[in-house]
Amino acid sequence: MSAATENDPIALSTPLSAETCASLRAGDSVLLSGAVFTARDMAHRRMFEALRRGLPLPVDLSVSTLFYAAPSPTPAGRVIGSIGPTTSYRMDAFTPALLEHGLKAMIGKGNRSPEVIDAIRNAGAVYFGAIGGIAALLSQCVTDVELVAYEDLGPEAIRKLTVVNLPLIVINDAQGGDLYRAEQEKWRIL
Amino acid sequence: MTNLIRDIDAATITKAVYELFIEANTCLGDDVRASLEQALLKEASAIGRDVLSKILDNARIARQEALPICQDTGLAVVFVELGQDVRITGGDLRAAVEEGVRRAYEAGCLRKSVCDPLSRENTQDNTPAVIHFNIIPGNSLAITAMPKGGGSENMSRAAMLTPSAGIEGIKKFVLDTVSLAGANPCPPIIVGLGIGGSLEAACLLAKKALLRPVGTPHPTDQRLAGLEKELEEAINTLGIGPGGLGGQVTALAVHADMMPCHIASLPVAVNIQCHVARHVRKIL
Repeated sequence: MSAATENDPIALSTPLSAETCASLRAGDSVLLSGAVFTARDMAHRRMFEALRRGLPLPVDLSVSTLFYAAPSPTPAGRVIGSIGPTTSYRMDAFTPALLEHGLKAMIGKGNRSPEVIDAIRNAGAVYFGAIGGIAALLSQCVTDVELVAYEDLGPEAIRKLTVVNLPLIVINDAQGGDLYRAEQEKWRIL
Repeated sequence: MTNLIRDIDAATITKAVYELFIEANTCLGDDVRASLEQALLKEASAIGRDVLSKILDNARIARQEALPICQDTGLAVVFVELGQDVRITGGDLRAAVEEGVRRAYEAGCLRKSVCDPLSRENTQDNTPAVIHFNIIPGNSLAITAMPKGGGSENMSRAAMLTPSAGIEGIKKFVLDTVSLAGANPCPPIIVGLGIGGSLEAACLLAKKALLRPVGTPHPTDQRLAGLEKELEEAINTLGIGPGGLGGQVTALAVHADMMPCHIASLPVAVNIQCHVARHVRKIL
């Protein structure tokens, strides 16, 4: 198993290829640059409904990295307000369907369901963890913001963020690896 | 001693609530910072130390740049301690508090995170707040602003245990709750524990326990102070660690409080607080 802090971070740019996603391993530290798309609870519900009805989606899942996030409003003179990951399990009900339609990379925080971990492995996808509660710091990684869809959802709208060196760590990989489980077991005192 | 009736203008209350919510959301309390610095010294996991360093860096950046510490600027929980010899002039007390919340979230660029629970439609101004009124002696008015994030609140639980479950049942419920929460509530967490009363009283005890400076033992009850220490140590053997990425510091503290309950009941509530523990109090 790879130990994240003993490895130098891997610099990656989006769109992430299928090969890149499948090659990452739980514990890899990543500095991600390029476009990522914010989508959380309501945006997932809408995309899920659109897929069920055979309607087009506002983003091309096969080349998009989804970031479970909704920023605080942008103060004057800044690119974005504070931004960081929300808890991912709330997206679990929708995630297998999105993975079946080509999604390869997600950014969030917290545990995924066994069904999602299986779906990630089957799809050769990757689930990155970002640290929760450091949103002022992470906002410094964002260089551009563009509204893409679902403007009526306010903070929950889909936005295209351009990020530079967003610090992430691979939690669940295409081999079924699970960093939370592995690291927590290592430190648990029975 | 008799207190003179004192007039407090509704506009003064609105201004105080406005300032408190902006301060709470941008300036991490000294107690939380000190506790995180201690955690950084204690933590043996390298990933855990990296997470704690970033949390401390983030707090500095937020304060310097007047940015929210976390993008989830919370549901606005407000505790109002109203002296019985205070008269509110120029408006309604509840409306004055709501207006302060509304202005803070708009002018302070704080995220509006409140919605209709069924339609999920955003109310657009982060109201209504959850306001707890308490009548106290005297003619002062104290307001506590507590923006509470959804991620940690979602991992909180209450149970109506049987009296036979006893203290062991309480400990098990706390440890199970923290284990189930895992990485989700942004550890290191602070655990608010309410024991006794009724269902809602236990929940409120747990929430109010989170208002104590982090790591302050229960001030009057040695049994509770001992239980807090024991639970903190037990939680920190679970291995969850900072960010859930493994380590020795899963909880910064456990804060417990209790009150008598029905002979048939043993209510227990665990309110989980993320590491962005925000609460500020002002006395008018």
